[in-house]
Amino acid sequence: MTLTQQIITIALCALGTMATRFLPFLLFSSRKPTPGYIRYLGNALPAAIFGMLVVYCLKNVSILSGSHGIPEAAAILVVVGLHLWKRQMLLSIAGGTVCYMLLMQFVF
Amino acid sequence: MKNNLSSGRQIMQAARCAFPHTIPIFAGFWFLGITYGIYMNVSGFSFVYPLLMSLTIFGGSLEFVAVEMLLSSFAPLQTLVMALMIQARHLFYGIAMLDRFKGTGWKKIYLIFGMCDESFSINCSVQPPEGIDPGWFMFFVTLFNQIYWVTGAALGGLLGSLISFDTEGLEFVMTAMFVVIFLEQWLKERKHDTALIGIVASTVCLLLFGADTFLLPTMACILFLLTVFRKPIEKAGERA
Repeated sequence: MTLTQQIITIALCALGTMATRFLPFLLFSSRKPTPGYIRYLGNALPAAIFGMLVVYCLKNVSILSGSHGIPEAAAILVVVGLHLWKRQMLLSIAGGTVCYMLLMQFVF
Repeated sequence: MKNNLSSGRQIMQAARCAFPHTIPIFAGFWFLGITYGIYMNVSGFSFVYPLLMSLTIFGGSLEFVAVEMLLSSFAPLQTLVMALMIQARHLFYGIAMLDRFKGTGWKKIYLIFGMCDESFSINCSVQPPEGIDPGWFMFFVTLFNQIYWVTGAALGGLLGSLISFDTEGLEFVMTAMFVVIFLEQWLKERKHDTALIGIVASTVCLLLFGADTFLLPTMACILFLLTVFRKPIEKAGERA
């Protein structure tokens, strides 16, 4: 690839990304009222998206091979347990991550 | 507003208020960003590449894929289609943030430009405290996150293979953050229909389509289910 081709490739990646980020705002301008269906989606989507992102983070975990997803499951239990107990976001995240690192480095 | 704080102090307050929320992302982005920079370095690119790519694309997964694209032969159409497909989930983020970004003035452009998974998740789930300007709060969340990502990528590109990691497993910090955000959302709502739709649709699609291609069918499923069950979901939302 020449330098120009590289620049075009990077620019197209940026363009594709920005298209997906800006499109909803271009389609539904803030001057006109947002259609009811889209407003409904705006309210209903976040919970579904966060569920999707959790699964997305775990997409490469294999239940059938390797460590069978045990370190991931254990660390998520720690995160959830800590969070229900103390409700301190940073503590829950740090606790779960440290637990996962220890499991990966010393056990699995 | 009863206080006569100068706008400068208000901006500083928003920055100070935003920072703690971005600490987990600092850990995650430096780890992933440095990894990405190293990956580019060992693939034969100068640190200028990860620096500029993290600045302009600012979307982790696509940037990793872009390394492969730069190493293969020039295929502009395929590149664009790939970028659109990998990043399609941002369409959902935009729809969810339509109202929240209203009235943020010029900052709106940057808020949309920098709306990666992590910035979206914080800006969508955290309600800044009374007296803090939401526009500036979201602006700083987005800015801090991008600074972490860009500096991490550039650093990795500079240091390259010189650094060796004993940080195996640190990448879990991102998973942990999304779990906490999901849990917070779960505790906030009385009915969990939409959260369950998200989890079940993604899990089923992941099993059916595999890790590389499951996001688009997942989004279609979520959209379909939310549309079909609009009436009961809206009803439940009114009661909550």
